[in-house]
Amino acid sequence: MTELSIDHVSRWFGNVVAVNDITMTIGPGVTGLLGPNGAGKSTLINMMGGFLAPSTGTVTLDGRPVWGNEQIYRHIGIVPEREAMYDFLTGREFVLANAELHGLDEKAAREALATVEMEYAQDRKVSTYSKGMRQRVKMASALVHDPSLLLLDEPFNGMDPRQRMQLMDLLRRMGDEGRTVLFSSHILEEVEQLASHIEVIVAGRHAASGDFRRIRRLMTDRPHRYLVRSSDDRALAAALIADPSTAGIEVDVAEGALHIQAVDFGRFTALLPRVARDHGIRLLTVSPSDESLESVFSYLVAA
Amino acid sequence: MYDPTVARLTYRGLLGRRRALILGALPVLLVVISLAVRGFGGADDQVAADVLGGFALATMVPIIGVIAGTGAIGPEIDDGSVVYLLSKPVKRPTIIFTKLIVAIAVTMVFSAVPTLVAGLILNGNGQQIAVAYTVAALVASIAYAALFLLLGTVTRHAVVFGLVYALVWEALFGSLVSGARTLSVQQWALAVAQKVAGGDLVTSDVGLPTAVVLLAAVTAGATWYAGQRLRRLTLAGEE
Repeated sequence: MTELSIDHVSRWFGNVVAVNDITMTIGPGVTGLLGPNGAGKSTLINMMGGFLAPSTGTVTLDGRPVWGNEQIYRHIGIVPEREAMYDFLTGREFVLANAELHGLDEKAAREALATVEMEYAQDRKVSTYSKGMRQRVKMASALVHDPSLLLLDEPFNGMDPRQRMQLMDLLRRMGDEGRTVLFSSHILEEVEQLASHIEVIVAGRHAASGDFRRIRRLMTDRPHRYLVRSSDDRALAAALIADPSTAGIEVDVAEGALHIQAVDFGRFTALLPRVARDHGIRLLTVSPSDESLESVFSYLVAA
Repeated sequence: MYDPTVARLTYRGLLGRRRALILGALPVLLVVISLAVRGFGGADDQVAADVLGGFALATMVPIIGVIAGTGAIGPEIDDGSVVYLLSKPVKRPTIIFTKLIVAIAVTMVFSAVPTLVAGLILNGNGQQIAVAYTVAALVASIAYAALFLLLGTVTRHAVVFGLVYALVWEALFGSLVSGARTLSVQQWALAVAQKVAGGDLVTSDVGLPTAVVLLAAVTAGATWYAGQRLRRLTLAGEE
């Protein structure tokens, strides 16, 4: 059983704090590292992978330090976000080189290529590969030594839905085999589909941790803000405020609109059209005003 | 200390891209110049020494050294593919040492061999001039490869800095300030060449013992420090 421990880890670049006092333990199974772009996910993954020294704190794999310890890579497989990967080699040559650097031979490379189903294109140059093919060959290079910990930085970026499904199946299989798999993503749906456990990072801080259902609930239960324009704003406001799913309504005379704060997302979305119809009011605009991922995450931090 | 897989990746990267064309262009130019000089002026020891000293050793060897030395590691650090080497149970100094060997070999092949060929064309190795400059090119290849490999781990603009060193420091500044010539790979290599040639056609501003000590110290120091750089190399994310 492989456990990656991040203990009070911070990392700053000059005056900028990229990762702020994060403590978490990643165990077997698939864990999603979720956060908006720029939250510090890559910085954290780089520290987990031993490519960046923490400014303070420690990262250990089953008690052994990760930074400055190249022997640790016998147990870690890494799928970097960046595209570059010795494009002048063929896929097979690339995976074989990775195997050799682990002291392994052709057989390990063949098996890894079979695992990611890339044998059909293994003799083509990497430079001719599509994004998804590159991602699979990168996976093969990370799996070649049968690691117990797999780190993937934004592995689904730029993949088409079919490639995404294939990679998800593969990662799920890796998790079921008892490996510790950690991947980062800024897309909630990706994490929700794949990870049994989620760690949320916002602005360098550890915002939430746990089961995805709990985090999903936190996200849907948050107050939602809507901007609504209608044929009769005041009548609509009066009718809506009677229902407990709305917490506040502001009549913006200058804008000619209502700013509505809803507390029960599901109930409010059913209520609004019904109330409008019952009162003979025409809805002209209904738009959520804080649906950005950042606002969702910042709510999580406060929760 | 030496990893054949790292070596294979390095030389395929060095010789597979446009670099190979640049690496090949200067030696071809040297041979063409030598043929022209020999064809128009006949064999002349002084002219041979001028061409080999002025073009081959002063210009061609350092430029080849810059291309091979920085090219052995710079592009991988730049595009991030070095992560595939660093995420392996291979000691960082082993990676550097292997890349150094490859850079030295490539520099030697593309600079010392054409120097010998040019020397033979120019005056048929009269007064040992061809051999002396070939030895100088071999010696300089080692030091240049180590220096520019280090440069490749230090800055993203290694090629520019390398060329500035090679052309401004070694060629221009060195001819104006005598102190600068003492700190010049070219002069150290010439000291060794002087010993080989024996005559007064090949001269250096630096004594042989000093030259040998400085050559060894620079090569060893640069290689050690490059290993340290790689050990501390951080691959920060895009953010």
